[in-house]
Amino acid sequence: MADSAGAPRPSSSVKLVLLGEAAVGKSSLVLRFVNNDFQENKEPTIGAAFLTQKCNLPERTIKFEIWDTAGQERFASLAPMYYRNAQAALVVYDLTKPTSLIKAKHWVAELQRQATPGIVIALVGNKLDLTNDSAGSSGEGEGGGDDANDARKVPTEEAQTYAEQEDLLFFETSAKTGYNVTEVFTAIANAIPETSLKTARGPSGASGVNRSEEQRVNLNGPRDPNAKEGCAC
Amino acid sequence: MAPETPPGRNESSPDPPPPPLPPRRKPSEGSLQVAFTKPIPTTAVSSVDIATLSFPDGTRGTFPTNTMRVVSSPIPGPSGHASPNRGSEDGLTDSMSVMSFAPTMRPPGDLASLVGGELNKKSRAWNMLRSQSATVPPFESVEEYGASDDLAGFEHEFDDIPDLTTEGVTDDQRLALWKSKMKHYMILSSAGKPIYSRHGDLSLVNSYMGIVQTIISFYEGASNPLLGFTAGNARFVIAIEGPLYFVAISRLGESDAQLRAQLDALYMQILSTLTLPTLKNIFVHRPSSDLRKPLEGTESLLSSLADSFSKGSPSALLGALECLRLRKSQRATITNAFLKVRSEKLLYGLIVAGGKLVSVIRPRKHSLHPSDLQLIFNMLFESGNVQAGGGESWIPLCLPAFNNRGYLYMYVSFFDPPSNTTTAEPAPSDPPTNPEEQIAIILISPDKESFYDLQEMRNKVADKLLANGGLALVAAALAASPDRSGRPALAAVAPGSPLSHFLYKSRANVQFCMPSLAPFLEHHAAAAAAPVVRRRLLSLYHRLHASMHAKHAHLRVLHSVGDGAASLAWITPVFELYCVAGPNVSRAAMTQGANKVVQWAKREEERLFIIGGGVF
Repeated sequence: MADSAGAPRPSSSVKLVLLGEAAVGKSSLVLRFVNNDFQENKEPTIGAAFLTQKCNLPERTIKFEIWDTAGQERFASLAPMYYRNAQAALVVYDLTKPTSLIKAKHWVAELQRQATPGIVIALVGNKLDLTNDSAGSSGEGEGGGDDANDARKVPTEEAQTYAEQEDLLFFETSAKTGYNVTEVFTAIANAIPETSLKTARGPSGASGVNRSEEQRVNLNGPRDPNAKEGCAC
Repeated sequence: MAPETPPGRNESSPDPPPPPLPPRRKPSEGSLQVAFTKPIPTTAVSSVDIATLSFPDGTRGTFPTNTMRVVSSPIPGPSGHASPNRGSEDGLTDSMSVMSFAPTMRPPGDLASLVGGELNKKSRAWNMLRSQSATVPPFESVEEYGASDDLAGFEHEFDDIPDLTTEGVTDDQRLALWKSKMKHYMILSSAGKPIYSRHGDLSLVNSYMGIVQTIISFYEGASNPLLGFTAGNARFVIAIEGPLYFVAISRLGESDAQLRAQLDALYMQILSTLTLPTLKNIFVHRPSSDLRKPLEGTESLLSSLADSFSKGSPSALLGALECLRLRKSQRATITNAFLKVRSEKLLYGLIVAGGKLVSVIRPRKHSLHPSDLQLIFNMLFESGNVQAGGGESWIPLCLPAFNNRGYLYMYVSFFDPPSNTTTAEPAPSDPPTNPEEQIAIILISPDKESFYDLQEMRNKVADKLLANGGLALVAAALAASPDRSGRPALAAVAPGSPLSHFLYKSRANVQFCMPSLAPFLEHHAAAAAAPVVRRRLLSLYHRLHASMHAKHAHLRVLHSVGDGAASLAWITPVFELYCVAGPNVSRAAMTQGANKVVQWAKREEERLFIIGGGVF
């Protein structure tokens, strides 16, 4: 999905930050999205990792500049550095671990309070492969199974209701199987208001020479109220 | 230090025997033969003046006849009995008298003679025997006969102990596995809270932590801190750092000082995560704090550090760094390119290939401390935390030797292999799987907002190094060696020498070099045994190092022969050299090999070591 094959589609950069408790699978989601790969027993991220990946929409190409942050408490004070000027945020929780949703809600609140107004936030429940409805059973809306060997601890309804209240995109994913991962990023790409996109560079664009300036672009564009319906691919 | 110019002459024979030792100047100067009581019963040690080794190739002196020498048997059996010499090819007529009574002077087996090898060589039969036995590689006897192998089970040293949830494993089995480990590291708070244990989960080690805490605090209470003790064949070494207790338990034979240095490195890793003021704060407010939470996610860093010690790390042993061998002009090309695009925000800049320094740029008033670099290299090349993610990393860390009170911010990016033509974009492609071949750029700044500045600098460096071929030079230097580590083959360093491996440390530069390990390990059949053989070699280096650095030892040269290998250590104000050869290699042959290595290192000094680095 990373080819832009010379098509004169306008390309724009979107700064995206991943937040969430330690070990919920933030890096694994990014690894799946960027390299379509998965590593069992991945070592914890230290500090933050910066990755880029293009996402092709029918009308334009979005180049995600992804900040994959470490979830440990001691890095929390550095988070503002990463979500400042971010146009999008992925707040991840582990749907087998209820406390991780509480932490996710804290992050959402902090983003709504401190981050750029109009930031697109997606709430993502990861590790769907550990639940019974893992086998791609059209995930999103289906209720959580209640079988005995189902590791799910956070019902879909609970998280979805919260997401609707706070006007967030909502997905349940599995970085392990790849289920719904690309969809999350595509939905975010679609939800970014056109006005806040700076179509600066061509697909093969110049290196990050001007990046520090681009990062300071202030995004005050209005939110698209229908944003979360936008998954096109 | 110059010897009393022994009457040397040039040897024209095609197979020049190695130079013997010249007479000593004063009887007081290291003329004693010191027999160390070492774990290996047959180890013999000779102490000689360092000037005796400074002979150039081919020049030889005569034997002193006024000094009484004893003849030893390098291998048990008939070998010690030299037959009467007929050849006299060396013109050493005086030595006849020494040899004639050699058999009757046969010493107890653990005394080595300084001239033993030479004298034995006179016999033709002995020469033939010797020419075969000298080819026995180090440790072969230990491998083949396996008797009293102190490393039995080492290949399972790093296997995980199954946790409580694993079915079919009883507590007793888990405990037995835990006890079978040859090396343990434990960290606990002075209140007895467990912080870290290399092996075993909390349920397994909790009670032991309690015992350790009780023992340590008992001695603490008597204000007579416990430093270490021995139980069976395990050595316990304890280090107390403020509110933290560090314990190393080893059956691998390291010295107390070496184990203490390892514990210190673990402490530095903790400081690197937290900084000293934070660590103090945590315990000032609540002495019973659980440090595992603030350290969450760094267990793998502690473990990879601990494992590198258990596997044996020349860098940690010598407290020195390893550089990638490059031509002086090539390194200058890279360093100049690096300096030219320096960001204002930069404190230190490093280019590292497979854990070996390629180039350093630094401010004039700050140098980089090896212990700090050890932490960085451990994070980047040993633990999977940084590499696995791909892309670029921005990591807050404290470099305790630089300043243990605050954080610096480290930008890390791994270069693509130079064949790839992506220039500007740090493409998030898979890094090469072999960490020995990865080329990383590390940019350190005190400014936590400087990521984009350093990223820009990285892109400029990448462009420049692609344009001037610097990156290709580094890759070629790596690829040139047998195991793609960038290390030279031993045969290229000291052609024809009987040495199997060596470590050479330049004391002034705090850097070391060594030949590729691959040929050494390949001698030993199964690849699975490679870690064991490697550990055996490193254990030998540890013993040599411990003997040379023992308090009040003042040793400068040490030759020791054991069942498995012969070894030679040589320390001058300029360098430390440790060499290993097969068990039957004569001391004289080793000396000659050592001389070759030293001459090579001197000749190649500016290629092997970074002298000063790029300063701004």
